[in-house]
Amino acid sequence: VKIVFVGHVDHGKSTLIGRILEERGSLPEGKIEALRASCQAEGRQFEYAFVLDALAEEQQQNVTIDTTQIHFRTPARSYVIIDAPGHEEFLKNMITGAASADAAVIVIAADEGAREQSRRHGQLLSLLGIRQVIVAVNKMDLVSYSEAEFGRIEAEYRAFLESLGMKAGAFVPVSATAGRNIARHDEPAMSWFSGVSLLQAIEELEPAPSAAEQPLRFPIQEVYRVENRRVFVGRIESGTLRVGAELLFSPHHKTARVATIERWQDSSAQSASAGDSIGITLRDHIFIERGHIASHEADAPLESNRLHARLFWIGAEPLRIGARYRLKLVTQNVECEVVALGQVIDAATLAPPAAAPAELRIKEVGDVTLQTRAPLVFDNHERVPAMGRFVLSDGASLAGGGVISGAVYTGPNAVKSENIFWSESEITAEHRALRNQHRGAVIWLTGLSGAGKSTIARALEKELFQLSMHTYVLDGDNLRHGLNANLGFAPEDRAENIRRVSEVAKLMADAGTVVVTSFISPYRADRARARAIALRAGAEFVEIFVDAPLAICEQRDPKGLYQKARAGKLKGFTGIDAPYESPENPEIVVSTHEQTAEESVAQILTQLLPRLRLKA
Amino acid sequence: MKDNGSQLSALENHSIFILREAHHAFRNLAMPWSMGKDSNVLLWLSLKAFLGHIPFPLLHIDTTYEFPEMLEFREWAIQRYGINVIVKVNTEARARGIGYETHDPVTVTHELKTVALKQAIAEHKWDALITGIRRDEDPIRAKERYFSPRDADSEWHYKHQPPQFWGQFAMKNAAGEHVRVQPLLDWTEVDIWRYIEREKIPIPALYFARNGKRYRSLGCRPITHPVESNASTIPEIIAELEETRSSERAGRAQDHYEPHAMQKLRAKGFM
Repeated sequence: VKIVFVGHVDHGKSTLIGRILEERGSLPEGKIEALRASCQAEGRQFEYAFVLDALAEEQQQNVTIDTTQIHFRTPARSYVIIDAPGHEEFLKNMITGAASADAAVIVIAADEGAREQSRRHGQLLSLLGIRQVIVAVNKMDLVSYSEAEFGRIEAEYRAFLESLGMKAGAFVPVSATAGRNIARHDEPAMSWFSGVSLLQAIEELEPAPSAAEQPLRFPIQEVYRVENRRVFVGRIESGTLRVGAELLFSPHHKTARVATIERWQDSSAQSASAGDSIGITLRDHIFIERGHIASHEADAPLESNRLHARLFWIGAEPLRIGARYRLKLVTQNVECEVVALGQVIDAATLAPPAAAPAELRIKEVGDVTLQTRAPLVFDNHERVPAMGRFVLSDGASLAGGGVISGAVYTGPNAVKSENIFWSESEITAEHRALRNQHRGAVIWLTGLSGAGKSTIARALEKELFQLSMHTYVLDGDNLRHGLNANLGFAPEDRAENIRRVSEVAKLMADAGTVVVTSFISPYRADRARARAIALRAGAEFVEIFVDAPLAICEQRDPKGLYQKARAGKLKGFTGIDAPYESPENPEIVVSTHEQTAEESVAQILTQLLPRLRLKA
Repeated sequence: MKDNGSQLSALENHSIFILREAHHAFRNLAMPWSMGKDSNVLLWLSLKAFLGHIPFPLLHIDTTYEFPEMLEFREWAIQRYGINVIVKVNTEARARGIGYETHDPVTVTHELKTVALKQAIAEHKWDALITGIRRDEDPIRAKERYFSPRDADSEWHYKHQPPQFWGQFAMKNAAGEHVRVQPLLDWTEVDIWRYIEREKIPIPALYFARNGKRYRSLGCRPITHPVESNASTIPEIIAELEETRSSERAGRAQDHYEPHAMQKLRAKGFM
């Protein structure tokens, strides 16, 4: 069992550990004698803390500078004690030490009570996923072994832990320097205490639950070629893997059956479970590389390019919205961007959170939303701890750690959350939208000749293009000369022209483009069909009525067509000798006789962009 | 409580994981190999991690004060495992007359081990070295990390070590720097012996008692002293270790030459 000791500086952690080691007879022979001699030579009083602080600098500064691991045994089992420093500058070392622990002992000095680091460490332990906590209320000798003082500290700190969703297994009053209630609870001074000694409380800690009971997650570390076989090596993070079982490889959703489990000079294993470093060979030949995660299809992990997490920050430079980091989760390594940041209560000062913080500084904890450039495979931390935590790195070193929660699990064929785009193997409109950061759509302009459709279409295209969107205008000029060259202006040819425009627009929208069509398209039936074609393919359809009275259009007459029609040289011209059926419920109406083309385009963009852009 | 078998397997699995991560992270790796017990466990774990084909060279720093039994073992192991071993001697220091006959052990160890290692790193441009050190060997080693960066002079800045957690390590290093990868960090001396016994890993015969003495830790001949022992089999060695409370490196003179000697050696690039 690995136990990390944390607490505020000078609350007596190292002394407590030194005392425990001596009680257990776990110190190397001569160690204490040597230290006593060296203290005497230097004219200092011997302290148990020196046993741990073996470095020269540490003895000089009297501060533990890095995580130390010490082994000791009781008749029942063996322990590793991790001594994590209380000194504030060394938070990263405390995290390094605590992240590998099964349980924690939080040391609080009775004369000072819970301090800034007592609370900060408590919050970090909760983020690091440590659920078993013993609180040692130390230095009881300095408060005359007062039951009331102990009760006050217990009540206050217990409430704090509960606010983090943690529960202390035991609160134990001790005195490390006087050696009271460490190994035995037979202290007359604390006869009021009905609990157990510190070592007894440690013996009652439960071993960490086995990850073998969780769903299978086998992240691929590397592919080795051994005697012409491809062996996929990695460490099983959770669950059990069996020969013959079908594995689902995420994020590419390929499946294959396990042929063998491989170890050096041994292919005989039939199963392997959480913690095992193994290799596997597969019966089916599929492409797999480092970062792919094998699971069972019935119990698959999440896949998304967006995730929410609670993050602790240890980078020297603050984390900022819009900044990019490398996100590492098991063997995955993807670039990500911080898209949203919310601050949580400051555990150290208990100050209320700022409304909308712009950055997260060193030692702060916050809630972040991250967008990754490639799909990420993960789990909620509660479900599979190893797949629900990640680090962010900024250059070479780790700058923060995050714990994922609140994501919604969906089956591979039931994409419910709009944030989950990667659950189908084929490339869908959502995949394209994700890459382009906007949806494809058909923007259907309709109106009389001279109403301003072409002007608006070109101006709109230019605006959308400058917003980095994929866009294209379909009009009579680029369709009638090619695709529709065989069509005239007879009623059935006009209907066919609009049908072809509708189909082409749908394909382009499905390919991710914002298509702007510019046709008179006078008949409601034709426009309704265009809408149906787009919607059937899942593309957005936005009908824009470019409205201007006939008299004004005739007055503008940019191509001289009204004149020709009036002169009888053009038959069946809309508005003159053919009807125009105004849209009944267009998404957008612009009145070009009441505003300039620029104003019309601005109005369209205001109404259109929220429909096209992906929600943040 | 986990039995010894599952505890050893857990240590083995984690070491293999670290070895594979190191192979992925670094282009140009090497593994110093002293033929000692820890070194041979590391070699064995590497054979397991890479399924019998170790994809990097092993490095033997030959101080020229080696036990003949160790050199014999080296030649035997090269044949047995098909490993690529580079042998490095600081010929320049030997030519200057550096030796135990005339110099103090800290100076000789520095020249013939630490400087020789630096020379080899410079010659081969290694960006990472896989070493067999353990936390329980010496208090200073308790401060180590699985991936531990060293600067261009091989110096270790133990006060400014990058954080490492959740199986993620500080990977990259600037030009000239190298990273010490330490897969045995969590092992204890007894774990090493139990694993040697379980896996039947070949080790040099010097570790076993002859005429009431055996070597518990092996270094240069003039400064390595045997301990009183009748342990002539691995179970006897394990039983002896469980009784004793004296330190493993008590027989290594360079550690005790002056106060904090190990810390000074280590900060300068000693393993």
